[in-house]
Amino acid sequence: MSARQRVAIRVRVDPIACDAYGYCAELLPERVTLDEWGYPIVDGTPVPAELVELATRAATDCPRRAVLLERVVVGR
Amino acid sequence: MTCTTMELTERLLSRPSGAVARTDLAGHVAIHGALSLPKRDDRSWSDGVLRAVAESGLLGRGGAGFPSAIKWDAARRGARRPLLVVNAMEGEPASAKDRVLLSYSPHLVLDGADVAAAVIGASEVVICVADDSGPTAASVDAAIAERTRAGRSRRRFSVARPPGRYVSGEESALVAWLNTRQALPTMRIDKSVALTVGRRPTLVHNAETLSHVALIARHGAAWFRQAGTFEAPGTTLVTVTGAVRSPGVVEVALGTPVADILVRAGADAQLSGVLMGGYGGAWLDPAHLATPYAPAPLAAVGATQGVGIIVALPTGSCGIAETARIARYMAGESAGQCGPCVFGLPAIADDLELLWAGRADADLLPRIHHRADTVEGRGACRHPDGVVRLVRSAMALFADDVRAHAAGRPCPGHAAPSVMPFPATPAIRRSGS
Repeated sequence: MSARQRVAIRVRVDPIACDAYGYCAELLPERVTLDEWGYPIVDGTPVPAELVELATRAATDCPRRAVLLERVVVGR
Repeated sequence: MTCTTMELTERLLSRPSGAVARTDLAGHVAIHGALSLPKRDDRSWSDGVLRAVAESGLLGRGGAGFPSAIKWDAARRGARRPLLVVNAMEGEPASAKDRVLLSYSPHLVLDGADVAAAVIGASEVVICVADDSGPTAASVDAAIAERTRAGRSRRRFSVARPPGRYVSGEESALVAWLNTRQALPTMRIDKSVALTVGRRPTLVHNAETLSHVALIARHGAAWFRQAGTFEAPGTTLVTVTGAVRSPGVVEVALGTPVADILVRAGADAQLSGVLMGGYGGAWLDPAHLATPYAPAPLAAVGATQGVGIIVALPTGSCGIAETARIARYMAGESAGQCGPCVFGLPAIADDLELLWAGRADADLLPRIHHRADTVEGRGACRHPDGVVRLVRSAMALFADDVRAHAAGRPCPGHAAPSVMPFPATPAIRRSGS
């Protein structure tokens, strides 16, 4: 990893675990919307620093523990 | 499905002239010669075979087309002795190639498995055959017994019979079945991490792929490359059905024009479409029948080799009706785990059935496309993605019929009987949540 790169997080969903509670879309509409059946459609682009706390809540508050935060290396 | 094998210039399907019966071990050795394997772990032999398989350019024949040598290299670097799983589940209803191979030439597959197991250091081989695939398992059992009697077995071979459902052959589902007796795909966050049975890293190979390995181990990479193209070398098995006089499994050199494969099977001169790859494949426009049968040229015209399925759609048939039937079947074959697949596939099948019946509402066409976009890439496995690809290709190829059906005027062929084979579908077996 060079000086021009940094670690960011992106949101993923385990579709097997997910039961469409929808909390993730309420907490983080910037990255998660719901399809017509209530299942999350995730924007997998890196989460900006100001949204990291909400993304973390989306993961920890999911009753099915289906929201995953993945570390990715991104260029500046 | 009843299938016959056609007589052609063949590698995998070669047999003594006139013979139509199963080739036993003696017959197998008479055709292909004996296979010599080292008595114990032999690094230089393993390196040589691995190099030959890499140079042969062999691509997996189970649908993904992944280079076999790369899978082996990863498997043999682990700390534990791996398990080799031969995938002959053949869950695609229109495919018969793996069953034909194991029924007529089981020793070719077992030879290939023996070679792969020796290279990666696997102590055990499990051949997975669907529990509804008739006498195939008996042929494999008999072949294993013949090899044991002949003193040729240095490792344990066994036959497993997972349920014959569409997704059972998906490799994570197959491995899940070996672990838990439930053939359900699993969520793999990082697909480069090896699947495991117990704690053993597990390598899953399609049965046909291993039969090519058996011949590469005998004759080398240069021989393998005498057939096929540079990017897609060798021959491959294709199951051809539909509007053809001689439905069955043929062996063709990769790169053979699709039209030539259809001619060999005695296809009608005029077709309204050609289903390529399987029920998670794509419709090929008959205007593109000169396309070489190989991954890249097929992808360039929106089609796919898939698991080697070609179904010729006769001119009197309705592509919308066939696609609706396939979509309904595929919806029923969902493992039932992921919401977008569980709800999305039946919704798409509903839309297609309304279109087929000429009862489309004003939003139906954009809705089908929207639902296809919504479902794509959102399952743990690729099951929904295959349906999406097939449906999109149908909307494009049968665009004129789509317009007529949407306007309430179903095409003349809409009531024609299906040319697609469908197994009787038992209720989804699922436990847990």
